[in-house]
Amino acid sequence: MKVGDEVKVGTVIGEAAGFVSVPVHASISGRVTAVGRFPHPLGGEHQAIVIEGDGEDSWDESVVPRDNVDSLGSRELIDIIRDAGIVGLGGAAFPTHVKLSPPDSKPIDTVILNGAECEPWLTADHRLMLERPADVMRGFHLIMRALGCERGFVGIESNKLDAVQAMKAAIPADSGIRVVALQVKYPQGAEKQLIDSILRRKVPAGGLPMDVGVVVQNVGTALAVYEACHEGTPLVRRVVTVTGNPVGSPSNFRPRIGTMVASLVEQAGGLSDDVSKVISGGPMMGMAQFTLDVPVIKGMSGVLFLGPGEIDTRPPDPCIRCGHCVHSCPMKLLPTTIEKYVMVEAIDKAVEIGLNDCIECGSCAYVCPSRRRLVHQFKYGKYLAAELRKKAAERSEKEKAS
Amino acid sequence: MSDHFIVSASPHVRQNTSIQKVMFGVVIALVPAVVGSVYFYGLRALLLILLSCLAALVTEGVIQRLRGVPVTMGDGSALVTGILLAFNIPPGVPWWMPVVGSVFAIAIGKQVFGGVGYNPLNPALLGRAFLLASWPVQMTTAWLPSHGGTLSGLTLKGVDVVTQATPLAVMRKVTEIIGDPNSTTHQIVQAREVLADLGSSESIANLFTGAVGGCIGETSAILLLIGAAYLMYKHYIEWRIPSTYILTVVILMWVFGGPSGLFTGNALFHFLAGGLILGAFYMATDMVTSPVSPRGMIIFGVGCGVLTSVIRLIGGYPEGVSYSILLMNVATPLIDRHTRPKKFGEVKKSG
Repeated sequence: MKVGDEVKVGTVIGEAAGFVSVPVHASISGRVTAVGRFPHPLGGEHQAIVIEGDGEDSWDESVVPRDNVDSLGSRELIDIIRDAGIVGLGGAAFPTHVKLSPPDSKPIDTVILNGAECEPWLTADHRLMLERPADVMRGFHLIMRALGCERGFVGIESNKLDAVQAMKAAIPADSGIRVVALQVKYPQGAEKQLIDSILRRKVPAGGLPMDVGVVVQNVGTALAVYEACHEGTPLVRRVVTVTGNPVGSPSNFRPRIGTMVASLVEQAGGLSDDVSKVISGGPMMGMAQFTLDVPVIKGMSGVLFLGPGEIDTRPPDPCIRCGHCVHSCPMKLLPTTIEKYVMVEAIDKAVEIGLNDCIECGSCAYVCPSRRRLVHQFKYGKYLAAELRKKAAERSEKEKAS
Repeated sequence: MSDHFIVSASPHVRQNTSIQKVMFGVVIALVPAVVGSVYFYGLRALLLILLSCLAALVTEGVIQRLRGVPVTMGDGSALVTGILLAFNIPPGVPWWMPVVGSVFAIAIGKQVFGGVGYNPLNPALLGRAFLLASWPVQMTTAWLPSHGGTLSGLTLKGVDVVTQATPLAVMRKVTEIIGDPNSTTHQIVQAREVLADLGSSESIANLFTGAVGGCIGETSAILLLIGAAYLMYKHYIEWRIPSTYILTVVILMWVFGGPSGLFTGNALFHFLAGGLILGAFYMATDMVTSPVSPRGMIIFGVGCGVLTSVIRLIGGYPEGVSYSILLMNVATPLIDRHTRPKKFGEVKKSG
């Protein structure tokens, strides 16, 4: 793409670069005014295309509804999902078609639709299940068909009984889908915990859900799949919760991907003067932002604003080994010990006792009376571990070459 | 709107808790026993407790000032050490003894290693061990009779088997006499009378309320248990260490602690007498010096129980709580290393 190009909604503006990637589509119609590096919600700057809208909202010719969805096979469904640029909308933004193409050695017998949305503040998935239950259900059914799977569960925390009701009412006849109300417990919506809660299957450490025959998809992803298959629309919008006490009127929106957070905030009634922290995602796992001039991305489930009274900036105290982190860890790790290894950069030791098994749910840091920066250290440790792996790989490459 | 947002790693919210909150929780839990000690041994007990706390706080502050680190006397941890040190000395010792003990506890037991969180041994127990080694006579004889009760817990009058001793010491003595082939018949008859008295409901009731002789804060089972219930309710301590510790002592003393062979020991007496309840709920559970892994906690509790029983049965002291906890403190890093919990989804390596 270059400056001056005309695009319509759904025009491909970025091609997939490999199997584990998806194309990007223009989310509005208009003219490209800039191609360059811009601030990204996940930190730093990334390649982006700026489109000046023409206000027409005219859609690309390729976007046409399908009336033959019921006759499509697994391969065709997966191709549609890939070409629509669909990724996991729960937050991790992992390409959906990859999850739907497990190797033959990993047969899938169950698909779980994740409606647990366990992070406080966020209500995007909850609203979606209340307002579009039938379409979400149809999307889920399509995901099951793509996997050739008969059995499906919808997991919803029992503090959202209205969503449980709505989703139950939307179950297609003879579909093998069950809606289960789950205990309200953070992090209930984490993939491995969700599978354990519903099926009593434990994903092996270092493994993936497909190792126990399961694929988990978020409710937002199911809606995107429905729209891609039936309406032919690529992933150009998603539900985003804009919330927090400094927000004028906290709301859920369904903005186009690429909408500036700053303009979302305007729509939500603006902000009061005292904002200390802006978070893309929830309070437990979200990313802190340094500017509102970042776009909504496919993995952004919410924007949370916290006032000065709501955050704790006191420095950490020494660990008193109270063990609260150990008891809180859903992965049954020893957060305090891993932290100590990372702090002295004994990365191999940290990995040995489970650094890379950490899902960064934040439970340990949440309960820590000494306010230790546990997750911070784990993220840093994982980065160091990845660097070490890279170096080791390079070394063995060189040895092979010589 | 502010120009700058705070950027830091997740999570962005935290539970409203702090070291200070945890430590003052322990202080609150100890208040009933402090009040009890004043009731049983008079204002003298309060004076010793206050001196001990004052010495602990001043030592903490002065050393932190000298080290050039932030002064954190207010976090409550030195206060807890001060109270516990006083709780572990007899009420009749001279006033300077808790002061010396607390200074040692904080200076050598804690600050030398870097302050709160870094000490390998329970500072209060280390202070007590130091006092016991330095002034063994006062530390083992300066008992006072309890208000509303006696020193030994005995209700019998005119029995001269033992005098000026705590219930545990009396128990030990009579058990020895009964088991000694050289004892005269008269001695054995008397010893059996005392033994029966120690196990009488009246005597057990005194042990339960605390109306017996002993260290300042260790005698009242009920007041210590009230505080322990509060700590458990607040999740500041958890059940594994105290329950395994007490259960081990109770079982071992029942099996081996009786004068007339196996399974004749008085389990209830050994649960209530001496410093077991204080030690099990307030000192073995010290967060810094006990294991963090659930299995490690059980090993730690059982280890404390075995050591306490061994000392009570064949050691040089009638009481073994403080030394056994100190010994297990030393083993804590080792226990933690070998009791790492199985990770979620961890598959046992087939060997």
